Amino acid sequence: MATIVESNPAPFNAVTVDRITLDLIENGLINARQQMDSLLFRTAMSPIIREQRDGFPVITNRHGRLLAGQFGSPVSGFIDQFDTTTEEGDVFLTSDPYACRGSISHANDWLVCIPVFHQGRLINWSAMFGHMSDIGGKVPGSMPTDAREMYEEGIYIPPIKIFKRGELQEDVLKVILRNCRIPEWNRSDFNALVAAARIGEARCQELAERFGVDLFTSALDELLARNRRAIAKIIRDTMSTEKIYFEDYICDDGIGMGPYKIACHMWREGERLIFDFGATDPQSQSNINFLLSEQMYKMFCAQFMIMMFDPDVLLNDGFFELMEVRIPEGSLLAPRPPAALNGRTHAMGRIFDVISALYGKSNPTYLCAAGFSASPHFMYSGYDENKRRFLLFQIGFGGVPARPLGDGLDGHSLWPKFTNVPNEYLESYFPIRIDAYETIPDSGGAGRYRGGNGMRIGYRFLAPGKISIHDDRWLTYPWGVKGGEPGVRSHKLLRRVSGGEEVLPAKIDNVIVAPGDLLIFDTWGGGGLGLPYERELAAVEYDLDSGFLTADGALRYGVILNSDRQSIDRDATEELRTSLRARTTAVPLFNFGGTPAELVARCREETGLSPPVPPVFLAH
Amino acid sequence: MAYRLGVDVGGTFTDLTLLREEDGHVFTAKVPSTPDDPSRAVLNGIEKICRQSNIARRDITHVMHGTTVATNAVLTGNGARVGLITTRGFKQILHIGRSFVPGGLGGWVIYQKPRPLAPLKWTLEATERMSAQGAVVTPLDEAALRRALPVLRAAQVEAITVALINSFANGTHERRIRDILREELPGIPISISSEVISEMQEYERAITTVVNSYVGPVVGQYIATLQTELDTQMGGVKLGILKSDGGLAGSRAAADYPVNLLMSGPAGGVAGAIWVAEQAGFNKVMTFDMGGTSTDVALIENGAANLRRETRIGDVVVRASSVDVRTVGAGGGSIARVPELTGALRVGPQSAGAVPGPAAYGQGGEEPTVTDANVVLGYLPERSLLGGDMQIDRSRAAHAVEKIANAMDLSLEEAAAGIIDIVNENMFGALRLISIEQGRDPREFALMGFGGAGPLHANALAILTGAWPVIIPRGPGVLCAYGDVTTQLRNEASRTYIRRFAVLDVGVLSGYLLELEERAVAPLLAEGYSREDCVVTYQCDLRYSGQSMDLTLEVTLDELATGLTGLSERFDTTHQQLFTFALPSDKELINLRAVAVTARLSAHAPSVAAGTGDPAAALIDTQPIYVNGAHRSAGIYDRSRLAAGDRIVGPAIVVEMDSTTLILPEHTGTVDLRGNILIRPS
Repeated sequence: MATIVESNPAPFNAVTVDRITLDLIENGLINARQQMDSLLFRTAMSPIIREQRDGFPVITNRHGRLLAGQFGSPVSGFIDQFDTTTEEGDVFLTSDPYACRGSISHANDWLVCIPVFHQGRLINWSAMFGHMSDIGGKVPGSMPTDAREMYEEGIYIPPIKIFKRGELQEDVLKVILRNCRIPEWNRSDFNALVAAARIGEARCQELAERFGVDLFTSALDELLARNRRAIAKIIRDTMSTEKIYFEDYICDDGIGMGPYKIACHMWREGERLIFDFGATDPQSQSNINFLLSEQMYKMFCAQFMIMMFDPDVLLNDGFFELMEVRIPEGSLLAPRPPAALNGRTHAMGRIFDVISALYGKSNPTYLCAAGFSASPHFMYSGYDENKRRFLLFQIGFGGVPARPLGDGLDGHSLWPKFTNVPNEYLESYFPIRIDAYETIPDSGGAGRYRGGNGMRIGYRFLAPGKISIHDDRWLTYPWGVKGGEPGVRSHKLLRRVSGGEEVLPAKIDNVIVAPGDLLIFDTWGGGGLGLPYERELAAVEYDLDSGFLTADGALRYGVILNSDRQSIDRDATEELRTSLRARTTAVPLFNFGGTPAELVARCREETGLSPPVPPVFLAH
Repeated sequence: MAYRLGVDVGGTFTDLTLLREEDGHVFTAKVPSTPDDPSRAVLNGIEKICRQSNIARRDITHVMHGTTVATNAVLTGNGARVGLITTRGFKQILHIGRSFVPGGLGGWVIYQKPRPLAPLKWTLEATERMSAQGAVVTPLDEAALRRALPVLRAAQVEAITVALINSFANGTHERRIRDILREELPGIPISISSEVISEMQEYERAITTVVNSYVGPVVGQYIATLQTELDTQMGGVKLGILKSDGGLAGSRAAADYPVNLLMSGPAGGVAGAIWVAEQAGFNKVMTFDMGGTSTDVALIENGAANLRRETRIGDVVVRASSVDVRTVGAGGGSIARVPELTGALRVGPQSAGAVPGPAAYGQGGEEPTVTDANVVLGYLPERSLLGGDMQIDRSRAAHAVEKIANAMDLSLEEAAAGIIDIVNENMFGALRLISIEQGRDPREFALMGFGGAGPLHANALAILTGAWPVIIPRGPGVLCAYGDVTTQLRNEASRTYIRRFAVLDVGVLSGYLLELEERAVAPLLAEGYSREDCVVTYQCDLRYSGQSMDLTLEVTLDELATGLTGLSERFDTTHQQLFTFALPSDKELINLRAVAVTARLSAHAPSVAAGTGDPAAALIDTQPIYVNGAHRSAGIYDRSRLAAGDRIVGPAIVVEMDSTTLILPEHTGTVDLRGNILIRPS
C-alpha cells in the first residue's frame, strides 16, 4: 500500500451539496474525460491509438473510486500493490496486469496514473491507458499466439514512478524503449498518455478551486451514492433471484486445443447481484487467459445494464458493493503467473456475450443476440523498399448482433469510440493495397431483426513480410435468439500469387507473404433475433436492393422472389410463411448452431481447418 | 449613393440590413420567412426596406445572403436523389463509414444509424484503380461502366457523385467518368471528389462530395431563382452567398460547391460579431449566439474567426472549412426534466421548438423550458418584447416550472434558478471547447451575446468564463444580416502533398502554392474583381510524422525561401501550446492551401448621441426578480432611449424589439459610442 505524502494535513470537511452544484460537478468531470480522449487521439502516433482509438481515460476520487471512465478504475488495484510513497508531481506507469490486479489486461496496454493534488492534499487520480503497437518479444506486435509464458510477450513494466516529483526518469524510459521495435511510436504515445492524464489533473484542480475543495470532495462522495441508488433500483427491477446460468466458448487456444468454457451463474440477493464463474475452465497453457479485473468486470456489467435498461444514468462505481464477482484462482479468468496473457481479447469479447445473455435471460424483453464475439487482430510487418521497418496492427469489426430495437449494424464496432483506419492512409504509409472493403451478404443471422453482416477485407501485400492473426468465433457461432439464426463464422483465406490458396487458422503468427499475395479476411456476422419469417417484407426488400441479402438468402426469411430474382412474389411468400408459422412449435431462447461436440465433429468439413483437441490443463 | 444589402433567412424571420457605403449608416427590416420558397421573403424584404428607408432599388449594388437552404435539405432529408460511383470493392463506402458507434460501452444496443444519403441501389462500382501515389493500377473499364449506367437513368437520379479510391493523388479516372456521364446522362449535375475536396481519406472525401450532390439541385435552383428576380428588379446587382467559412462566394461558385454553405447561417452571426467587435475596438471576442433550440459559440482573434476543416450538420460530418462554431442543444426552448431514477436535473437537448414553444408563450407548450425559468425569475418581463407579437404569460410558465420544483422538492424560484444554472453550465462547456481546449485563456477575451436569448444569459456566462466585458450589440437579433453585409469574397484551393520535412523540396512546395493561388483567385476574378483586389495567404497542414491530426499554419513564400526552419519551430511552439509537449520527431506536410479574399469594407458603424451618463430617461418600469437566492427589484430600460455613456447599474433589464438584456447585481452596463452595451463587474 502506497504511503501518500501530503504537505497539508487538514482533513476534508464533509459539507452539504445542493443538487444543482452536484450536477455541475458531474458535468465538469464528463467534460474532463472527453478532453483527455481528444488530446490523446490527436497527438498519439501509432495507428491503433490515433485512428482506432484504443485508449481510455479514468478519473477517480482520492480513494481510487471511479467517477468518469468506462473500463473500471485501475487506481485502487494499482496503489494497493505499490509500496513506496506517492507525492505531488509523481507520475506512475505500469504495463503489468499481475501487478495491478488486471486493471490492464495485457502488457501491450500502458497505464499512466497521476495523483492530483490541491493545496498539498490528494483529491483525485487521473489515469489513461493505451495500447502500444509493439513492446518487443518474439513476434512483431508482441502478441505471440503460441506464447506459454509472459516472458515471451515483450517487456512488462512493473508499477514505477516514471516522473519523480515532476522529473522524468529518462534512464528508465530508455531501457523500456530499447525493448520496443518502433520506439518512436512508444515514445510519442507515452507522451500523449501523460499529456492526456495531465489534462484530467488540471480539470480536477480547476473544479476544486472553483467550488471549494470541501464542496468538491463532498460532491464526489454524493455522486457515488447517487449512482448506487440508481443501480440498486435497476437491479431490483430487472434481475431475477433465481439462479441464471449461461456458458459460452472460446474456440481454441492457438496451440491446437479447445474449445474453452466460460460459465457463469448469476442471481440477485436483495439489491445485490452475484456472478459466480466457478464452472469456468482452468487457465490455458497458451495465451488466451484473461486476468479479469473485478473493477472492470463490474463496470462492464453496470454499463451494459444501463444501456439495456436506462441509458440516462451516468455511471461511476458507486454501485460497487452491489455486485459480487466470484472467480476461481487458476481459472481462465484468474490465471496465475507466469501465464501468458496477450490473447485475452477473445475472452473479453466472450464475457460481453455472457453478460448480455445473462441479462437477457433474466429479462427476455431485452435479450440481444450474440455478436460481441471477437475483436479480430491483423498484423503485417517487414521492411519496405527503403529498408524501413513497417508494422501494421489493425483491429477489425464484424456484425453487430440483432437487438430488441432492430437489426444489428453491418461491419461496425462494438467497442466504444473505435473507428476503422482509412484505407487510403494504409496504402499511403504501408506496402499494401486494399482490394475489397465491404460487408458480406447473408452473413448476419436471419431473424425478425437480422444480425449485422460481417466484414470482408481483401489485403493485397506489396512487400515481402510476415502476418499474424488473432480471431475467434471460427468454430462456435455467434448465437441467435428467440428463433433468430446464428451469424456466419469468421474465415481467412490466403491466395498465393504463385497459385494455390490456403485457409488460415484464426490464431497464427509468422505466415510469410510475398508481394501479390491476397488475404481475404472475413469477420463474424451478428446473430439474429426473432423468427426470420416474421421479418417485415419492406426490410427484406431494402436488404435485397442494397445487396445485404442475396436472392438465395431471401429464402431463409420465407421470402419467394419473382423470376427476375429481385422483386418479392407476395402471394407465394405469404403462402410459404403461413405454412412455416403452422409448423412452428416451441421456439428455443438460444440457437447455438450445434453443441460444442457437434461443431468439433463437423469442423474439418465445414471450416477446412483441423478440429481442436480437448484442452489439457496443467496444475498451477 | 451606393448601398449593400445583407439578408439572413431564419426559420421564423428573414432579417435585412441595408448599409450605406459612404457613411456606414444602417437600415434594418424584418419580414416573416417563407419556408416553401425562401426567395419570396427575400424579395418581400427588399421591397419593405427600400420603401421604409426611401431608397431606390437600383442603388443597391451588392446583395449578400446567408442561407440555410443547404442546411435544411440535410436536416430534413429533402435533398436530391443521388447516384454514386465508387471503385470496385468499395461500394459500401458510405454504409460502413468509419464503423463508429456512438454512446460508449454497450452503445450498440441503442444506436440507430441513418441510411446513406446515396442509396446502395443507386451505387455503381467502376472497374479501375489508382495507387496511393497516383499511378494507374487498373485502367478504367469504360465499356463496363456504360453498360451499368441505365440503372441510374431508370432511377431518375437528380445528381451523381464520383468518388474513387486514391483520387486525391490522381483524379484522371474521376474526370473521365464525368465525361462519360455527361454523354450518357446529359443535364444531371455531377460532383467529383478530386475537385470538391482533393484530400486523403476515402470516406470523408466521398461523404463530402455526396453531400455536395445531395444539396446541389435545391441550392442551385434557389440561387438561380433569386438571381433572376434580382436581375429583373435591379439589373447588374451582384449576389454573394455567405459560406460556412465566413467568406462570400459568387452565386456561380456557391451553386457549384454548395457543400460549402452548410454553416452559412451561423457564419453570418460570427461575421456580424467580427464587424461589431472591430467597430467597438475589441479584437479578442468569444461569440455567444443563443437561439430557441441551440446555442452557437465561436472564437474571434485579430479580427478573424477560428476555422476548422470540417462541418457538422446533424449526423453528417463533411470536410469543408467552416467557422469553428460549436453548437450545443441548449436554447430558450430547451426542456428541463428530472429522470426518476437519478433525480438529477437535466436541461435539453430536447426542445419545445417554435411549436408548441415554451409554456409562457401560451401556444400549447406545457413542458418547463429555459424561457419559462427566465419568466418565473422575472428576467423576461411580461411586457418585454417591445413591438413583438409574442405575449408572455407568467402563470403558465410558473405552472410548468412547478413540475421541476415538485420533483426536486424545491421552491418555484429555486427550481427556475436551477434550470438556468444547468443550461448556463452546458453552454459554458461549449465556450470552454473553443477557448481552454484550444489553448486560449477565456479571461483574455470579451464575450458578445446575441441571438434571441444570448443577451439574457451572457452576463452569467461571463461570470463563469471570466471573459469581460460582455458586449451586447445593437439589434442582437439581426446580427446575422449585419454579418452578411460586412463580409468579403473568399475562396480557397487545396491539395494533399505528403512529404516529411527531411525530404521536402521547398521549390516544389512553392510551385504548388503558386498553382493553388491561381485556382483560388479565379472565381474572384470571374466576379469582376481585379488581381490587385485579392489578398492571398498560404497555409500548410503539418504534423509530427506519424500523427493523425494536423495543425494549420500560415506560411509566406519569403519564409519558405529561407528553408523550413522557421515553420518547423512555429509548429513545435504551437504543439507545445495546445498539447503540453513537443517532440524531436521529423515533421510532415499533409495539405497545402491558398486562400484568396477581396478587400474589406472600409465603412464605419455610425455613432449614437452622447448622454449624461444617467439612463433615467430610458427607465420605463421596475420588475421584481429572483437572483442569487434573493428577491430584488430591477429597473426596466428601453434600449432605444439609451445614450452613449449611460451607466446602468444591475440588477437591470434592457428591452428592445427582438431581445432582452439582463444585467446582474454587482454589474454595470455602459453604453459605448456605437450603442453597444458593455457589461462589467461594478
